[in-house]
Amino acid sequence: MEMLTIKRVPTVLSNYQEDAAEPRGCGRNCLGECCLPFSKLPLYVFKSDAELPVSPSDATEEPPADFFLNSLLLGQWEDRMSRGLFRYDVTTCETKVIPGEQGFIAQLNEGRHLKKRPTEFRVDRVLQPFDPTKFNFTKVGQEEALFRFEAGEGNKARFFESAPVDGASSPSVVVINVSPIEYGHVLLIPRLLDCLPQRIDAECFLLALHMAAEAGNPYFRLGYNSLGAFATINHLHFQAYYLSLPFPVEKAPTKKIPMAKGLANSGLKVSLLMNYPVRGLVYEGGNTLKDLADVVANSCICLQKSNIPFNVLISDSGRRIFLFPQCYAEKQALGEVSQELLDTQVNPAVWEISGHMVLKRKKDYEEASEDYAWSLLAEVSLSEERFQEVKAHILEATGLVEVEVEHADVNESKGTSYQSTPADTTHFSEGCLVLQ
Amino acid sequence: MVAVGLRQIGTVDDRIRRQTKIPPPQPPVAAEGGMGSCHERLIDQSLTSRYTDWIVEALDEMPENFLITDPGISGHPIVFASRGFLAMSGYAREEVVGRNGRIFQGPATDRRSVMEIREAIREERTLQISLLNYRKDGTPHWILFHLCPVFGMEDGRVIHFVAVQVPIPRRSRCARSGARRMVYGACRNEVRLDEDHGCNLAVDSVIGLEAEETREASDREKEKALNAANSILSTLAHYSKLTGRVVCTKRCSSAGIAPLSSAVNISLGRIKQSFVLTDPHLPDMPIVYASDEFLSLTGYSRHEVLGCNCRFLKGPGTDVGVLRQIQDCIQAQQACSVRLLNYRKDGSSFWNRLHISPVRNSSGKIAFYVGVQIDENSKCDEHGLSPEMRQLGAVGQVKVAVRSFSSHAGPSRPSS
Repeated sequence: MEMLTIKRVPTVLSNYQEDAAEPRGCGRNCLGECCLPFSKLPLYVFKSDAELPVSPSDATEEPPADFFLNSLLLGQWEDRMSRGLFRYDVTTCETKVIPGEQGFIAQLNEGRHLKKRPTEFRVDRVLQPFDPTKFNFTKVGQEEALFRFEAGEGNKARFFESAPVDGASSPSVVVINVSPIEYGHVLLIPRLLDCLPQRIDAECFLLALHMAAEAGNPYFRLGYNSLGAFATINHLHFQAYYLSLPFPVEKAPTKKIPMAKGLANSGLKVSLLMNYPVRGLVYEGGNTLKDLADVVANSCICLQKSNIPFNVLISDSGRRIFLFPQCYAEKQALGEVSQELLDTQVNPAVWEISGHMVLKRKKDYEEASEDYAWSLLAEVSLSEERFQEVKAHILEATGLVEVEVEHADVNESKGTSYQSTPADTTHFSEGCLVLQ
Repeated sequence: MVAVGLRQIGTVDDRIRRQTKIPPPQPPVAAEGGMGSCHERLIDQSLTSRYTDWIVEALDEMPENFLITDPGISGHPIVFASRGFLAMSGYAREEVVGRNGRIFQGPATDRRSVMEIREAIREERTLQISLLNYRKDGTPHWILFHLCPVFGMEDGRVIHFVAVQVPIPRRSRCARSGARRMVYGACRNEVRLDEDHGCNLAVDSVIGLEAEETREASDREKEKALNAANSILSTLAHYSKLTGRVVCTKRCSSAGIAPLSSAVNISLGRIKQSFVLTDPHLPDMPIVYASDEFLSLTGYSRHEVLGCNCRFLKGPGTDVGVLRQIQDCIQAQQACSVRLLNYRKDGSSFWNRLHISPVRNSSGKIAFYVGVQIDENSKCDEHGLSPEMRQLGAVGQVKVAVRSFSSHAGPSRPSS
């Protein structure tokens, strides 16, 4: 199959992006092997076993509950603002909710693409090996790094204002996005020095969920774009930012997929997204964050193996996760998207799909309508037929079995009691146990 | 002199008699002293200061299940719980008043429904929705939740929210003979300060659930909820006339300064630091918001500072050069950090590490300036959290709170 490529203007993601071509020495104080292991960064260690209650003596050492988001992340972000590290002040960009049922959010950002450098990027391969010659996060300056975010062993969260990186098995770092979409726009880079390509695995996805849970605020969301679904950097990263408005996708109704009982269920609820231009799955529940992370990660891995590009939105503080398989880039490369839509230069990645669109031209912003947003996103969605195939594929890969509602085993009242492991005997025919 | 009668279930005659009595004189606004007691006082006075002392009796006589919350108090707490509500939920009054409504949510409460409630509060509108709530003993039950805002007629601000709950009984179609299924349930997250984080129940208990995805309310229940809400609202409106601080069910177009929306108020109320918001579009750039911590730091009460310029904090020892520096930064629409000597109401002084920053709203233009104060003498935070980090965090929180909001009607100014 012929390699599909499209010329795209990359999002400027670092002040040092333009120097990506030449390798730099240690003098730059970057996040690479040459500098990071010998540096100190703030370190936030989250409680990895959230079920265990914190004993009173431990509690005093923990930072306050809202510290992570409000003091550390937002505070550090504001600090970088005052140091002039961003390309522009995103709060000067006008934003509005487009009138209509869905409540799409539009932003006028004329300055986002200041430097235009064409990049050739294969869009027909979801999995591509890491290429150290291309831009990646080891080349970012340490002043753009806000803190490390890693799991602890204990049952309490800790913060170290300046922790030496040396000795850390593989630091995971949160850096600013110098071309932010919104206030607080950061990138979470799991195991930065391992130079993982843009690809989901269970461990890294769990890290992202923990970050959402730690922030504990429904307006702080995380997102992921696979290659082919408008990821611009092939170095594993999640994005996150803060916006005090509901995303249209979060308001869309859902329809639960009735599941047969089985080990794989573990209190999980998977639903279809309804009445929304992009078809997708919604994951909720699970006895633990890990249960939820595993099923979503396995779904993503299934898509990756099948070379289907996708986007993921982590919402509601890690309690609701949206998965969108998409096909826009392919359509674009094959010339199947209308010129009118192409002219607005909106590449539908996770934020756009969720309903938050950054528009570059004043005309587009002023005329932005729900119809425009809907028709753009409708191009992104898999067709109903294709989506059903993909859905079946995902369910199979994750060990979930869909059932017809009428065949519910109503007589199976095997009331299990006091099971310490996720129960396999509860049945979900008419309802699903949504446990956090 | 008004005789304070025994509290009893009154007859209609009694009620009419009470309604025509002169209400007792309002207690003076208490000086805002210690933090905790100040917060409690605000909760205690939330209803009586606007609807007179009679309101509690009047509300107590109503058979419906409902709560009243005050979005103007930090934490958006419940300020009243009806007897019917307490009976339904199994809580005692003191376990509910002062808490946020999310305590009644639990593991099987639909997240999307929680979001809808949050958004209705943010947008200050009425909402009717089926919801799974939890009683004190941990048992879940379905209710029709009916939320409506109560607006101050004078300034259009949301004064209270009324939340009516009508139980939705199981319909015969859903009846099952199966035994209750017991499943080990655990909350992943512990208690958080964030507004709608559900599930604050004791985590290690076994929760028995018969979960349905949703339970539709019948027309009868919807009507019952609506009637209850109307009844409560008209009671509140009636009693508000006695204090002159009238409320109504729809926001009336307000003359004068447009208030901060209740959602911005709720967000700002969560920032536990000393700060003020000033409005550069109004003459003399007055304070339009002051946090509780600012009031306790400076010793002033809220009504003494709202509408005033911050210069009341300066005194004989305040460096005029620094004041000029602040002026220059504001002129240049830039952030600045300064250190200056400030004075409390009682005349005592403190060194203030002040950070000022412009705050923009959804138009992209400057709507306010935020000033966050650090008292140099105050004890440093534990956990090695530097006060400067917290200070910038406050700035960030204010910016994200204001970012999504558009300016209300107000005098138009040349763009900043």
